[in-house]
Amino acid sequence: MSQTGIRERAKSALQDPLLQQAVQFTTDRLRTRKANVTETFGRWQAWRDRGRDIRAHTIAHLDFYLQQFADNVRAAGGHVHFAADAEEAAQAIVDIAKKRRAKLVVKSKSMVSEEIHLNRHLEDEGVQVVETDLGEYIIQLAGETPSHIIIPSIHKTREQIRELFTKAGGENLTTDTKALTGFARRTLRTLFQSADIGVTGCNFGIAESGTVVLFTNEGNADMVANLPRTHVVIMGMERILPSFADLEVFSHLLPKSATGQNVITYMSCFTGPRRDGEADGARELHVVILDNGRSRQLGDADFQDILHCIRCGACLNVCPVYRQIGGHAYGSVYPGPVGAVLTPLLNPGPEYADLPYASSLCGACFEACPVQIPLHDMLVKLRRRHVAQGLAKRGERAAFRGFRLVFARAGRYRAIIRSGRLGQVLVARHGGIDARIGPLRGWTQTRRAPVLAKRSFRESWPGLRQELRQGNRPPAAGTEGAPAHETAVNKE
Amino acid sequence: MKVALFVTCLVDSLYPQVGEAMVRLLHQLGVDVDFPEQQTCCGQPAFNSGYWDDAREVARTLLDAFDPYDYVVSPSGSCCGMIHHYYPDLFAGDAQSRRRAGALAEKTYEFSQFLVRVLGVSDVGASFPARATYHPSCHGSRLLGVRDEPLELLRHVRGLELVPLAHAADCCGFGGTFAVKMGELSGAMVEDKVRHVEETQAQVLVGTDMGCLMNIGGRMAREGRRVRVMHLAQLLYEGTQAQHRREIVG
Repeated sequence: MSQTGIRERAKSALQDPLLQQAVQFTTDRLRTRKANVTETFGRWQAWRDRGRDIRAHTIAHLDFYLQQFADNVRAAGGHVHFAADAEEAAQAIVDIAKKRRAKLVVKSKSMVSEEIHLNRHLEDEGVQVVETDLGEYIIQLAGETPSHIIIPSIHKTREQIRELFTKAGGENLTTDTKALTGFARRTLRTLFQSADIGVTGCNFGIAESGTVVLFTNEGNADMVANLPRTHVVIMGMERILPSFADLEVFSHLLPKSATGQNVITYMSCFTGPRRDGEADGARELHVVILDNGRSRQLGDADFQDILHCIRCGACLNVCPVYRQIGGHAYGSVYPGPVGAVLTPLLNPGPEYADLPYASSLCGACFEACPVQIPLHDMLVKLRRRHVAQGLAKRGERAAFRGFRLVFARAGRYRAIIRSGRLGQVLVARHGGIDARIGPLRGWTQTRRAPVLAKRSFRESWPGLRQELRQGNRPPAAGTEGAPAHETAVNKE
Repeated sequence: MKVALFVTCLVDSLYPQVGEAMVRLLHQLGVDVDFPEQQTCCGQPAFNSGYWDDAREVARTLLDAFDPYDYVVSPSGSCCGMIHHYYPDLFAGDAQSRRRAGALAEKTYEFSQFLVRVLGVSDVGASFPARATYHPSCHGSRLLGVRDEPLELLRHVRGLELVPLAHAADCCGFGGTFAVKMGELSGAMVEDKVRHVEETQAQVLVGTDMGCLMNIGGRMAREGRRVRVMHLAQLLYEGTQAQHRREIVG
């Protein structure tokens, strides 16, 4: 999919001030709202613990609960399709569309449909596909992909949206929220009524009843699921909860983590298609359950927990890297910290192997995660796997072998520091290094690098110990007799 | 109480004054630290880059160096976090080393943690009349759980006006090899951090990890900023010197 590496894509994203402005504005707002709502709600850590325990239990027994879910969907009159990979899932939906001679498919938001490139497959068969989530609608008009898991058009400014809508509708719109949403509502309403198939995702599949649960804010998913004759649900195989009692916990964790909303606007539950005598609902319900690399994580002690993810996007909102580069720079369907872990796990091999390096390992993602997935640890373990598979650069391999040779023996380390001190006189100026040379370049293009001290701590230790033992009150600490207040790191 | 200093390779080679300030301050508090010279580095650069075999061999220098001590104290939350959080994984395949790593983790404390939790000291008797802001390092706070200790120590410094830093918990962009490997990205992150520091109009930026301070300070030096960057140990030690006190609260 991506031709360039994450570093190059990040570099070009950094050149886009509108992107940064849009992403930072929205993520800041979401962070503040989440902080407020969880504070008011109280005992947030206890809720996170409960959430983690439920997800861990479910995934540990996924075979059981998935079977129970599928059985109950069928018992309620729905059809279940298990798809081993993206191709199979897309084909299952294309087949349904063909059978129904569908011309128009309306969709509500679904990341899994992005994962299987559903729109492209349907369009290749001559079926028109329209996204009805406001954010998805915006990026569909722009010919782009989502750049955030729950706010697909987070990278767009209001003015850019006005331009897209004006172009699409031929109306001259203002940037006023009401004008923009009004346009989308008018345009989409007629499409809901004429669509042959509605495609939705699935936030949670309840095993005990075979219920598909959707969390939405715009009400579009209810239209998509109820108005067309056929409702197709596409879901990852891990999206199961055992019971409605468990759903209660996630009805708190998901909206509070995702958007800082106390409760979601619409929580819609679908158990089977419309029954005789019922006034609404689709006549036909299909549930497509996708594996696509997920089952490979089961039983892997390092990575199984990634299946606990509820796709709230909280890790994106706190990530200092995502904040700078937005979602598209990841070059994958799932961006941000969860994307940097999930993508290489679902697609092993060299293509996405560099994503785990797009992190300073600060751990903000773990701290924000409502089910406490150790994303920061997984990033390190993916790097390890990358190295073990021989995908790392040869130079890097040699550098760390050198590191080991030197640092595994204090004597060698001491000698290297000493010779480094002699070598650095060639490049050091003003008590630091600004020269953009060799591997130092990544650092020095924006920062001054420090120089090795005239005497290392271990070199001055014997003197210091002696002095303290004698009980003298010494002059202030510092190197080479300089008073300490002259030795701060940015002093020249 | 036998206490060893784990100075960290960064402080040893680039910022020895931080290690020295720490040793002198602890001496004033009645704790004489030792410095076992077998120590080099916690192995984090190799570990975080995926070279666990290389990291393990380096990490062994710490297992050997600190064996005979009751406590190990270090000026870096990140290096302590490595020992606490990652050594169990690093030595998972070797039961004996893993046991030793576990024992090391149990007695290893970050500087402010050691002062507040082990020594029970939150006022070292320092005075430092300046406007300062504090950057909480990610590994210290998130991996090691050191959140309030540095602030508690700073709150007791006479004359110090501590102003809050906007987006304080956001990473400064250091991340070890990340800063070199993803230089532009890391550079954008540190620019934001420096802007927030500037906005506080603080004269001093104080932190508990020289990696982060090297990054933020390096950016400020390049921009010719006049904010002084200090490790907490430096600020506290200098603060006690300024008063030429003979008796230090302990």
